[in-house]
Amino acid sequence: MSVLVIAEHNNKKLNALTGNVITAAAKIDADVHILVAGNDCSAVAESSAEYDGVSKVLLADKPSHEHHLPESLGPLVIELATNYTAILLAASTTGKNLAPRVAALLDVAQISDIVAVEAADTFVRPVYAGNALATVQSNDSIKIITVRTSAFDETASGNTKAPIEYVDFALEQDSSRFVSENLAVSERPELAAASIVISGGRGLGSAENFQILEKLADKLGAAIGASRAAVDAGYVGNDLQVGQTGKIVAPDLYIAVGISGAIQHLAGMKDSKVIVAINSDADAPIFQVADYGLVADLFQVLPEIDALLS
Amino acid sequence: MKILVPVKRVIDANIKVRVSADNSAVDLNNVKMSMNPFCEIAVEEAVRLKEKGIASEIVAITIGDEKSQEQLRTAMALGVDRSIWIEQAGNIEPLSIAKLLKAVVDKESPDLVILGKQSIDGDNNQVGQMLAALCNMPQGTFAYKLEIEDGRAIVSREIDGGEQVVSLALPAVVTTDLRLNEPRYAKLPDIMKAKKKPIDHLTPADLGIEISSSLKTLSVKEPAGRSAGVIVNSAQELIDKLRNEAKVIS
Ligand SMILES: Cc1cc2nc3c(=O)[nH]c(=O)nc-3n(C[C@H](O)[C@H](O)[C@H](O)COP(=O)(O)OP(=O)(O)OC[C@H]3O[C@@H](n4cnc5c(N)ncnc54)[C@H](O)[C@@H]3O)c2cc1C
Ligand SMILES: Nc1ncnc2c1ncn2[C@@H]1O[C@H](COP(=O)(O)O)[C@@H](O)[C@H]1O
Repeated sequence: MSVLVIAEHNNKKLNALTGNVITAAAKIDADVHILVAGNDCSAVAESSAEYDGVSKVLLADKPSHEHHLPESLGPLVIELATNYTAILLAASTTGKNLAPRVAALLDVAQISDIVAVEAADTFVRPVYAGNALATVQSNDSIKIITVRTSAFDETASGNTKAPIEYVDFALEQDSSRFVSENLAVSERPELAAASIVISGGRGLGSAENFQILEKLADKLGAAIGASRAAVDAGYVGNDLQVGQTGKIVAPDLYIAVGISGAIQHLAGMKDSKVIVAINSDADAPIFQVADYGLVADLFQVLPEIDALLS
Repeated sequence: MKILVPVKRVIDANIKVRVSADNSAVDLNNVKMSMNPFCEIAVEEAVRLKEKGIASEIVAITIGDEKSQEQLRTAMALGVDRSIWIEQAGNIEPLSIAKLLKAVVDKESPDLVILGKQSIDGDNNQVGQMLAALCNMPQGTFAYKLEIEDGRAIVSREIDGGEQVVSLALPAVVTTDLRLNEPRYAKLPDIMKAKKKPIDHLTPADLGIEISSSLKTLSVKEPAGRSAGVIVNSAQELIDKLRNEAKVIS
């Protein structure tokens, strides 16, 4: 039997996170299929077909799938589910929205946010804000899994081309209607995929001051992140939040500026390769996980760093 | 309109957990327990809807051991009218929780169920979506704004990359994100009054639900720790180290 990965995309472009989910899926079973559900999304199916190891792409192209509402996608996935031993999604807001709905309809458990595949039925997942790692074994015939994409490399693509098969299934429903969407547009790399992330916390003090970070980010080719306190204070949008309840990142370099290092924040970044902390309080817990700490007023050192990078 | 609010008793968010010596679980002996922060937000939202005259009754529900009644008392001190306690000790998988909640939804017929998006112990992020599926209700997850208009729930959601608004036919399931509201503190007179509010005691058997489990926890381990590195003395030294030692910037 095969495993199914549900592609993440915006109908035009495949989200690269899908490639990380495929890596996890291939550790469960070598025969990986991809489901591309959306509207007018054949380009996404084309790029999905190019991932190494993918043997088939299922394309469910219907107006009702356009906004990936779980009320409409759930029944579609159920239709296909019996052909698979596992169905995997990214632990993104889209994946988290859909996966439990599918699991409940199939009357099986869902395994959230896996960071390792130990065996086809055994997975490792962080619990308690990443303060413990649980190894769980599932006896369900179909395993519904969300994947912490930062824990898996992206599968290579461009060497092969899998066949694309059409799935003719749509369920008209009016219980849930899409109203609107407001997506941040940025020239910077995506937070979840960036190799350098520079995050600001309450210490930044204002939305204007975040511009200092943005200048640095542009010089470093970095993505911007933030603590929950910075989001709550309205300095930046919630989509930049890093942590237990925000995005989980593991870049090569993570620079935390004016962030104290609460466990909920650490949960989202402590697997970064190199961590830098800039904080005026030498006792801030962030220094306990930082490879390089600079105890200083950020308003003094950020301009210095900016000058040194020029 | 009737609102059902499932709340969970969890380790307090400010406590750093320890893994038990035999690597079988997290050590919960003598640690401070509280209402899951996202459930506090769910209670607060329900209370605000009642204060606005939109909701007429709020019922809290928890599945847990005897002590989980404390969280129901807290919810009632915050403005919940009455509670249901389903007695079941131990770690129960989200699907079983959702089935128990569905049985209560069938009995109570609420117009809205507001849950936390995630419990901070298991970090599952599942029960709300599962409940919606089992009840065949629409779902508005990760809500940062909730309005009731013309018999529908207008839910503004936090999503990766930005925000999304969906309109849901009632009855519906909503799960809360941190930005939805800032929960109030219970006042002493309200805590006293809450002692007199009723708690209905049920068991899974009363609801005809068998608790099943399909996941076995083989081990619970402490993650590989990070040790503190070096403190540098200047911006210059930091950039030198990042360039020449860590080689993460050019
Ligand atoms: C259920 C729950 C979930 C949560 N989820 C998340 C999450 O996903 N992500 C998250 O980040 N938080 C989360 N939080 C919040 C978390 O507990 C902390 O409150 C938050 O991370 C603190 O943000 P901060 O470090 O920016 O602010 P603070 O803790 O206030 O720290 C500000 C820091 O800035 C420093 N500073 C101030 N001025 C300067 C200056 N001029 N120069 C240098 N340093 C300066 C201070 O010394 C201080 O260390 C969650 C909380 C709960 C209860
Ligand atoms: N034992 C429980 N009793 C009542 N509600 C619960 C319980 N477990 C989870 N919930 C609800 O489901 C939400 C999400 O939990 P979870 O899916 O476990 O992350 C919580 O915030 C609660 O609202």
